[in-house]
Amino acid sequence: MKVLPDLKYTDTHEWVRWESDGSATVGITDFAQESLGDLVFVELPQVGRAVKAGEPCAVVESVKAASDVYAPIDGEVLAVNQAVADKPESINADAFSAWLFRLRPLDRGASPRLVDADQYASKVAQHK
Amino acid sequence: MLKRTALYDTHVAAGARMVDFGGWEMPLHYGSQIEEHHAVRRHAGAFDVSHMRVVDIAGSDARPFLRQLLTADIDRRGPDQAMYSCMLDECGGVLDDLIVYRRGNEASPFRAILNAATADRDLQWMGSLVSDRGLRADCRPRPELAIIALQGPDAPGVLSRAQPQLAARALPLASFHSMWTDAAFVARTGYTGEDGFEIVVPGAQAAGLWHSLLDAGAAACGLGARDTLRLEAGMALYGQDLDQSATPLESGLAWTVDLDSDRPFVGRVALERQRAAGSLRQLLGLKLLDKGVLRAHQQVQTAYGDGQITSGGFSPTLQISIGLARLPAEVRVGDTVTVQLRGGAASAQVVKPRFVRHGKPLV
Repeated sequence: MKVLPDLKYTDTHEWVRWESDGSATVGITDFAQESLGDLVFVELPQVGRAVKAGEPCAVVESVKAASDVYAPIDGEVLAVNQAVADKPESINADAFSAWLFRLRPLDRGASPRLVDADQYASKVAQHK
Repeated sequence: MLKRTALYDTHVAAGARMVDFGGWEMPLHYGSQIEEHHAVRRHAGAFDVSHMRVVDIAGSDARPFLRQLLTADIDRRGPDQAMYSCMLDECGGVLDDLIVYRRGNEASPFRAILNAATADRDLQWMGSLVSDRGLRADCRPRPELAIIALQGPDAPGVLSRAQPQLAARALPLASFHSMWTDAAFVARTGYTGEDGFEIVVPGAQAAGLWHSLLDAGAAACGLGARDTLRLEAGMALYGQDLDQSATPLESGLAWTVDLDSDRPFVGRVALERQRAAGSLRQLLGLKLLDKGVLRAHQQVQTAYGDGQITSGGFSPTLQISIGLARLPAEVRVGDTVTVQLRGGAASAQVVKPRFVRHGKPLV
């Protein structure tokens, strides 16, 4: 199971990459894709939607189960990755390339839900 | 503590994702459930289904016992034939669905294979029926036996390469027939909608058989693929599509119920009363027309009242979501219904509950 060192993570298994323009790219972690199994359906949020941290804003469904993807921070949806909705299995192939949506943060400083890679790695190690 | 089959170490060594299934620690998949599914539709796959319980039924009343226990009539099957049937409670609710194999041998004339989660309850039920009705029949569970299902269009080829001696006797078997050797029991049955065999051997021989099948080209397949394969084939899963809350007449299994002979089988009176009353719920297929995935327990709205999805998922062969649903009597194949999916309402079409057979889409 992979955990990339330069990303931030949530307890609910999203990864967040801060982009140079200040936006935040969000996907689900390698641990999440492995737990879910083969992904078959992805529902993405509307571009322009305002989201609150902790609010469900996308759905990923695998052969096994459906799972909500939660907004990691307060913000507005800037873009969604339609290519992943067309090809959900790309998340299984590489969860860290297959981003789901990009947020414009409401307040870059306030991201209490995010932890760094080490903390996330030790949290998921307990699940194993 | 979860129970383990004789192949547990083999699965773990192969990197299988192990899950709790009916109290057993079983492989869900070995990497990709979808690839395993396609392997069975296109080539061949092997499944460890040793969690299911083999029960040998003997005694001078074995035959009358089965005729009172089951909805289908074992007297209508010849030696070496297999029979799919339901076992009911007094109200007609389904206690289990099972296959009984009739052997042309008086010492041990019948073998049944029970679902894992219901096996203990079934055995208790069978024992009570034997004593209540004063029958001389003995139901002997055989937990020391392992069961491997080899399924797919190439199953005969794989078996020939892996076990030439066994294959020489197993390949001539017609569908729903079985045979015994000193080393194994083989039935031409399965739960995927493909050709194939279910092979019962002593646990100590399971790993050798398993590896020989994989070496001969079968893909190791987990219970995840088994579930999507059986759903595409329109086969009911006990605990989801079948349980004590519905009778076989409401579960697409009227064909397993024989009311022609005068056998007093358990549940018969309830079924006759239900059939006379009419307006029975029915188990039909659904094909999702919108995006999303059908899941068990979702509500279905029809022009004739509500129903509920009993099994749902994504069909790897059809590349759409399909399901089984218990629907009001008046609903017909071809109707469009509304399903409450996770993301909101979506349209689905009612279809015959048989989506794929022998690799070919039917809907």
